[in-house]
Amino acid sequence: MLRDAVVMAGKDLRIELRSRVATNQVAPFAVLVLILFAFALDPDRGVLARAAAGLFWVAVLFCALLAIQRAFTVEASDGARDNLRLSGLDPAAIFLGKAGAIAAELALLEVILGTGVVLLYNRSLHGPVLLVVTCALATIGLSAAGTVYGALAAGLRVRETLLPLLLLPVVAPVLLAATRASEAALGGTTGDGWPWVRLLGVFAVIYMAFGVVAFGPLLEESS
Amino acid sequence: MRSGIGTRLLGTAAVASLALLAVMALVITPQDVNQLDAVRFLYIHVPLATLMYVAFGVTAVASVLYLWPRYRARKWDLLAGASAEIGVVVTGLVLVTGSIWGRTTWGVYWTWDARLTTTAVLFVLFLGYLALRRVGGDIDARAKRNAIAALAAAIDMPIVHKSVEWWRTLHQKSSILDEETFMHPHIHGSMYWTVLLGIGAFLLLFSWLLVNRYRLAKLEDRLEDEGLERAIAERRAEADALTGAP
Repeated sequence: MLRDAVVMAGKDLRIELRSRVATNQVAPFAVLVLILFAFALDPDRGVLARAAAGLFWVAVLFCALLAIQRAFTVEASDGARDNLRLSGLDPAAIFLGKAGAIAAELALLEVILGTGVVLLYNRSLHGPVLLVVTCALATIGLSAAGTVYGALAAGLRVRETLLPLLLLPVVAPVLLAATRASEAALGGTTGDGWPWVRLLGVFAVIYMAFGVVAFGPLLEESS
Repeated sequence: MRSGIGTRLLGTAAVASLALLAVMALVITPQDVNQLDAVRFLYIHVPLATLMYVAFGVTAVASVLYLWPRYRARKWDLLAGASAEIGVVVTGLVLVTGSIWGRTTWGVYWTWDARLTTTAVLFVLFLGYLALRRVGGDIDARAKRNAIAALAAAIDMPIVHKSVEWWRTLHQKSSILDEETFMHPHIHGSMYWTVLLGIGAFLLLFSWLLVNRYRLAKLEDRLEDEGLERAIAERRAEADALTGAP
């Protein structure tokens, strides 16, 4: 199953690498969001630096939406979805592969966004261990929940508008926990951050498990 | 389809108990020492909040039953949808009554208190679910999709609740809404009974609404089926008329 998942993730990442949508559209969008925040919140009053953690994670959420939409748009044309179903791959493996590919893209985006926050918002990084663990768990949670909802909304005519409405409230705890944990890391009070990391871990595990179980029926239903 | 005697009795009981609740809440119970007349809001606010959990609970259970192959039946999907619809309306009312009560008691419509925030997230979660339900498609595919979405939303609730609670307690102690002052430990006798009566009355109302909404959903289903069949028959007749006529 794990090998199938790797095949699946490799396929998605190869598509992204070749089509360059992620690098040419999603990554610039991420930077654009950071600049827009600076316009909205006056950089001179220090609001940006103080709100950096929250803004970073909001930007990650927006980018995640794009990445998820994208991951399921590539399956929409030429009956790719039917081929996927007929491929004999375990649905759980397809889920893990898709989520893995999205997670890899998100991780890259987080590096770009993080660099942007440091450079543009003038915020120095502290607590590297907590930051990395937070990012890793939040990314896994986001991509797991995102893949479930992406598959749910895929094939619907209204998927572009429906996906944010379905997904964003569900990942609200991730935004909350990741922001608090990052703030704790940046503020040097790492002790406050670890309970949030646990919460992120629980979220990631729950939606991974849910996705593994639910993906079979989800793939079947769309026609 | 006329509603049966049971449903009508249920409806009458709901209306009667709501009338009794109105009398109890507005006339018989005394003013609160601190909240004055605003306390009367709680006689509908607390039952509505209870109802909210009941309604979404029914949705979650019905969705599980639909996904369980042994129990899979169209009715569970319809029941889940009917209950969620009432649940969303009730959640909206909880937020509205809570805000008005908050304005008179705390001086603000909204605070980022754990309970308020959780309720708001719950509201949008199930608004999304209702939006998903409206999307067309093959009936079985739709039902399966709905059930999975309802479960994905339902398992999120404890996490949302926990995170929001931590968020509010780690950062600042909520000074206005303290559990102790919110519900007085020595709640006045008639007030206590009125809240209980309110919960009972609203549960009756909920069951009555649910029965009717479910019945309506079934009729809508039948309409869809028969409408399709009739359209097919009509087209056939047209084709026969065209080809059959010399």
